[in-house]
Amino acid sequence: MSATAPLRTATAPPDPPSAPTAPRPDRRGGRPVWEEEPGPAGQGLKGVALVTVCAAILGPLWVVVVTSLSDQKTITEAGGLVIVPKTITFRAYQELLSGGTVTRATVISLLVTLVGTAISMAVSILCAYGLSRPGSLLHRPILMTLLVTMFFSAGLIPTYLLVTGIGLQDSYWAMILPSAVSVFNILVLRAFFMNTAPELIDSARIDGAGEWRILLRIVMPLSKAVIAVISLFYAVGYWSQWFNAMIYLNDAGKWPLQMILRQLVIKQEAPQGMSQMIATQQVPGLAVQMAVMVLALIPVVAVYPFVQKHFTKGMLTGAIKG
Amino acid sequence: MSSAVRPRATGAPAGTTAPDDGRGGRPGAPRPAAASRRWYRLRRDRSLLLMALPAVGLLVLFVYVPLIWTTVAFKDYDPYLSGLWDSPWTGWENFSLLLSDSRFWDAGVNTLAITFLQLTLFFPVPIALALLLNSLMSERVRAVVQSVLYLPHFFSWVLVITVFQQMLGGAGLISQLLRARGYEGFDLMTDPGVFKFLVTAQLVWKDAGWGVIVFLAALSAVNQDLYEAAAADGAGRWRRMWHVTLPALRPVIALLLVLRVGDALTVGFEQILLQRDAVGPGASEVFDTYVWWVGIANGDYGVAAAGGLVKGVFSLVLVLLANKVAHLLGEQGVYRK
Repeated sequence: MSATAPLRTATAPPDPPSAPTAPRPDRRGGRPVWEEEPGPAGQGLKGVALVTVCAAILGPLWVVVVTSLSDQKTITEAGGLVIVPKTITFRAYQELLSGGTVTRATVISLLVTLVGTAISMAVSILCAYGLSRPGSLLHRPILMTLLVTMFFSAGLIPTYLLVTGIGLQDSYWAMILPSAVSVFNILVLRAFFMNTAPELIDSARIDGAGEWRILLRIVMPLSKAVIAVISLFYAVGYWSQWFNAMIYLNDAGKWPLQMILRQLVIKQEAPQGMSQMIATQQVPGLAVQMAVMVLALIPVVAVYPFVQKHFTKGMLTGAIKG
Repeated sequence: MSSAVRPRATGAPAGTTAPDDGRGGRPGAPRPAAASRRWYRLRRDRSLLLMALPAVGLLVLFVYVPLIWTTVAFKDYDPYLSGLWDSPWTGWENFSLLLSDSRFWDAGVNTLAITFLQLTLFFPVPIALALLLNSLMSERVRAVVQSVLYLPHFFSWVLVITVFQQMLGGAGLISQLLRARGYEGFDLMTDPGVFKFLVTAQLVWKDAGWGVIVFLAALSAVNQDLYEAAAADGAGRWRRMWHVTLPALRPVIALLLVLRVGDALTVGFEQILLQRDAVGPGASEVFDTYVWWVGIANGDYGVAAAGGLVKGVFSLVLVLLANKVAHLLGEQGVYRK
C-alpha cells in the first residue's frame, strides 16, 4: 500500500480539476444515455406550464394592442376590451401623435431617455475604466466612495430638499441628473474591462497609446455586448421614470409619457389638453388609453430583441466578479 | 499552456528587466525615487483619475451632500420661513411626533406583511421556472421562453399597473368576460383586502422571469458527471433533483434569501405609491410612501426626514446583519470580508 502510493503520484496525471465541466453541455446531440425519456404525462404538464407562463405575459399585451387598433363598433360589440381583432384602424395613434399633449410627452420622454442614457453611459464607462487598474493613485478611496453608496441612501426627503435647493425644480435635468449614476452598472462595466485582454492593452501601451486611446480603440470595441446591456438598463430607467417628474415638475406641460399614462389610465382623468378629444368622442376613449399604453411599450419592445441575447453574459460578469 | 503559467501581473516578456512595482506599473517605465513616488503616480494615473471624476462628482452631489439635509430631522424646518441653517433645533421632537403617529406603525406592519408575502409567494417562483427551463431539451424553445420571461422586467411600473388594471380591474377583461356570461364582475384593483396579494402578483408578473437568470447560471455550472453517477446508482429524476440539483442551488438560494431579508423594510415604493389612491392608505401605506406622504405631499419635512432616518438606520443594521449571516454561511455577501 505505502509502496504503491508514491509510484501512483509519480506516473498518474494530476487530478482533474474539480471545476465544473463546460457550462451547460450542448444538448443538441440529444439526451444523455442515463437520462430516462419523460413520460407523456410529464411532457404534457411541462408543455401546459410553458404555454400558461407565456400566455400570462403575452396575453394581456395582445389585448392591449388589439384594442388600441379597434374602432368604436368593435369595442362596443366586445363590451370593452377586444380579444379578436375585426377591423384595424390607426385612428387613435393618428389623433395622439398629430400634436398635443401625448405627442409632446412622447418627445420629452424620448429626449430625456436619449440624453440621459448618453450622459450615464459616458460617465459610467469613464469611471469604470478609471477604476479598472488596482493600484492606481487613489484607486481604493474612490472605489470605497462608490461602494458605500450601495449600503445607504440619503433618503427621499434630503434628496428632495437638495434637488429643489440647487434649483432643479421644473427643470428637465431633475429627471436625469439625480439618477444618472448607478454604482452597480459601473461595477459590472469595471469587472468586464478588467478582464479585457490585458496583453492587448499592454502592447498598446508599449506602442505609446495613452489611456484615452486605449479605452476608445481597444477596450470599448471589445466590450460591445456589455455596453449594449448597460445602455439598455439605463435607457429603460429613464424611459420608465415618472416619480421624479411627479415630485419635481409642477408644470404639467413638461411631463413625460409615463405621467400622462398614469393620469389617463390609473387615475382615469383626462390630462391637460386631452379632455376635448375624449369628450367629443373623435376616437373611442378606451382605444386612446390602450394606444398610450402601447406608446409606452413600443421603445422597450423595439430595442429588446437586439440586446436580449447578451443578458446572461453581461449580468453574470457583474454577478460573479462584482 | 505557457500562458496559463506565466504570471499576469508583469506583462513584460521574459528576459527584459522591466521593473514591476506590484501595482500594475507599466513595463519599461523608470522606477521612481521614493520621494517623488506620489508625484510619479499622479503623472502616471492622472487620466484615470480624470475619468473617474464625473461619476464621483455626481454621486457626491446627489448621495453624500444630501446627508447634510438629514439634519432637518432634528429641526423645525419650514422652507418658507427660514433656511436650513437658520431654522431652530428641536432635539428629538420630530422623532417623538413620529413614534406617536399610529400611521407610522401601520406602515411598518404593512411593510413587513408585504415582505413576508414576497418571501413566501414570490421567492420560489424563479427557482421553479429555472428548473422547468433547465429540463427542456430543445434549445430553441428554451431561448424563446426565456426572451418572453425576461421582457416584463423592462416595463415601467406605470405600465405594469395599467396592464393589471385592464385585466383584473372593475372594467377589466376578466370582469367583462364574466359579465358577458351573466356572472358578476369584480374589481381587485380597489379591494384593500387583497391588495398585498395583488402587489405580490404584480411583482411575480414583472420580475419572476428576470430572477431566473441567476438560477440558470448556477444550474449550468453543475457538474454533469454527478447526474450520471447518480443515475448509475439508480437515482430517478426526482431523487437526482433532490440530491444533485437543489444542493447545487443552495448557496445562491441562501444568499438571495439573506439579501432579501436584509432589505425587509423596503418594498416596491413606486409600485405601491401608484396604487395608494385606489385602495387607500390603510392597506397600502408602507414606510417609503409614509415618508412621501408626510414630507412631500404635506410639507412636514422634519417628521418625514425623521421617518426616513429611522428606516435608514434599521435598514443598514439589517443589511449588515444579513451580510454577516451570509458570511457565516460561507457565501460572499454584498461586500467581501
